[in-house]
Amino acid sequence: MKRLAGMFVILLALGGMVWAQSALLINGAGATFPAPIYSKWFDEFHKANGTQINYQSVGSGAGIKQTTDGTVDFGASDGPMNDDQLKAFKTKNGAGIFHFPTVLGAVVPTYNVPGVSEALNFTPEALSGIFLGRISKWNDPAIAGANKGIALPANDIVVIHRSDGSGTTYIWTDYLSKVNSDWKDKVGKGTSVNWPVGLGGKGNEGVTGLIKQTPNAIGYVELIYAAQNKVPYGSVKNSSGSFVKADLASVTEAAAGAVKTMPDDFRVSITNSASKNAYPISSFTWLLIPEKFKDSAKRDALKKFLTWAITDGQNFVEALSYAKLPKEVVDKELKAVNKIQ
Amino acid sequence: MATSSINVPNASPLPGSRSFLSRLSDGDEIARLITFLFAATVVLISVALVFELWVGSTLPRHKFGLSFFVTRIWDPIAENFGALPFIYGTLMTAGVALFLAVPLGIGAAIFLAELAPPKVSDSLQFFIDLLAAVPSVIYGLLGVFIVVPIMREWIQPALKSTLGFLPLFQGPAYGVGFLTAGIVLAIMVIPYIISVSREVLLSVPQDQREAALALGSTRWESTWKVVVPFAKTGIMGSIFLALARALGETMAVTMVIGNTPTISGSLFSPGYSIAAVIANEFTEATGDLYLQALIELGLVLFLLTFILNGLARLLMLLTTQRGSGTGHA
Repeated sequence: MKRLAGMFVILLALGGMVWAQSALLINGAGATFPAPIYSKWFDEFHKANGTQINYQSVGSGAGIKQTTDGTVDFGASDGPMNDDQLKAFKTKNGAGIFHFPTVLGAVVPTYNVPGVSEALNFTPEALSGIFLGRISKWNDPAIAGANKGIALPANDIVVIHRSDGSGTTYIWTDYLSKVNSDWKDKVGKGTSVNWPVGLGGKGNEGVTGLIKQTPNAIGYVELIYAAQNKVPYGSVKNSSGSFVKADLASVTEAAAGAVKTMPDDFRVSITNSASKNAYPISSFTWLLIPEKFKDSAKRDALKKFLTWAITDGQNFVEALSYAKLPKEVVDKELKAVNKIQ
Repeated sequence: MATSSINVPNASPLPGSRSFLSRLSDGDEIARLITFLFAATVVLISVALVFELWVGSTLPRHKFGLSFFVTRIWDPIAENFGALPFIYGTLMTAGVALFLAVPLGIGAAIFLAELAPPKVSDSLQFFIDLLAAVPSVIYGLLGVFIVVPIMREWIQPALKSTLGFLPLFQGPAYGVGFLTAGIVLAIMVIPYIISVSREVLLSVPQDQREAALALGSTRWESTWKVVVPFAKTGIMGSIFLALARALGETMAVTMVIGNTPTISGSLFSPGYSIAAVIANEFTEATGDLYLQALIELGLVLFLLTFILNGLARLLMLLTTQRGSGTGHA
């Protein structure tokens, strides 16, 4: 019994020491898509500066909610907060919130057509037609026209989409809304939408699993997931008319193309980029940082972290298959970091 | 047992004559109080659950009212929400599951309890208990990688060519859908039915069997006409347990149901269940109305379970009253 009590005291003392060392603890919550790079960053930053940042990848929606409620210090989201959400944040917290783009991701079309091993080309018309249910056969002229020389079967297309709410769906539907007005009016963009056709798979793995198993299926997954799991995917025609296959360079290019029109709050969609080599279904992912902090130590640590993440931190990005921020965006963000009070 | 030195309150001639303190010091009152509290927590948790779900779904309840139950649209962008396809999918999959699992499970339980040699029965029971302990995500994976391809390649085409004239077996065969979800659920609930029913059948007094045999009935007649009716209440209990699991199952269902809010008479059609849509959309639900509509779906699932259990109990009450009367002997 005495020994037990002794051990307990030692444990308590150890706990106290750990507590004393990591006095500054910052909590964040949000998007799952950038979670791997964020964990890497927070880990590296902790090693260099001793500031501990905890991140829960609970999803963009929950991240926005928790940040607004003030249960976490900062949030993260794959889609920018809309005007209602910004207003709600301001009413609740008395000050606004900043969006900081951190890395870039892309969403790619993937498919399983028996007898076709080549990478297919997709036009915006073909993709929106398929997902609206208007193009129902693989040999439809809208698909075949962009894939001359590939024998496409006359089979019915099976559309597969994400069933769980996700930033991937947000990017995909954001793109379809831009290239097709019917999509915009009837379906719209969001983390979950009312799909006109198709089956739902849970997560990137669920979608990929269904596509692999279902002949004549088409769906969409994150570029990172496709790259890491060697899932074959097609090229998409961008608005300047060239077919581009998604890779890290073509995604960064899409961001660079949007710099000129980038608003000061960084809430910008870069899908359907007009740059010649840009992959059109790309997007930023954002950290959501309140404009005003009550705790100045937290504020200074987060400012330091942000500055580091968008400069030196970018060196860790490509190893995890994310695309880097273009230099112009970094410069613009460095100015914005100083506005955090 | 030193019964003489222990006061048994129920047996004491004047329980009120002893002071509360002395009863307390005996420990009986303490035990009574503590166990009462434990029992009360069950009720408290249920009440708190309904209260939370009720308060948490204020917005959609006011906006949609009862039309929430009959609307077929689930559109998070236009913020128009209806529960009908999800209620339909939940009932459909649970129905298919019970349709398959009840005869199979009870049949297996009768064999294990009445007909199999005890050694076989015990060793098989071990495997059944093992099956009941498998996490549902494993059944989901089993569904995706094994049941779905088998359904698409063999079972659905076979059903179409033989029973295709029925509306139940029409439409394209994707592999995923109500039927597949029902089958995976059936596989999941069968161990519950077998395990509980077997225990109940084993606990039927030996006298009952011997009396039936003495009256000249065969082994099967004694089993089917005496032992099974005797154990009816317990067997129904095992079916309730299976129904509850089938209604609330999330992971395995969402992996094989197709996750599309459709209402179709065909079992091949993809669908959606209440538990699956909550699990899928809750984390990314932006906007209060959307989030609260999902919470209201939780309330609907609670009500559905409540009503179905109530109906099943009523059915049991009616049938046992009409029965031979041996059920409560």
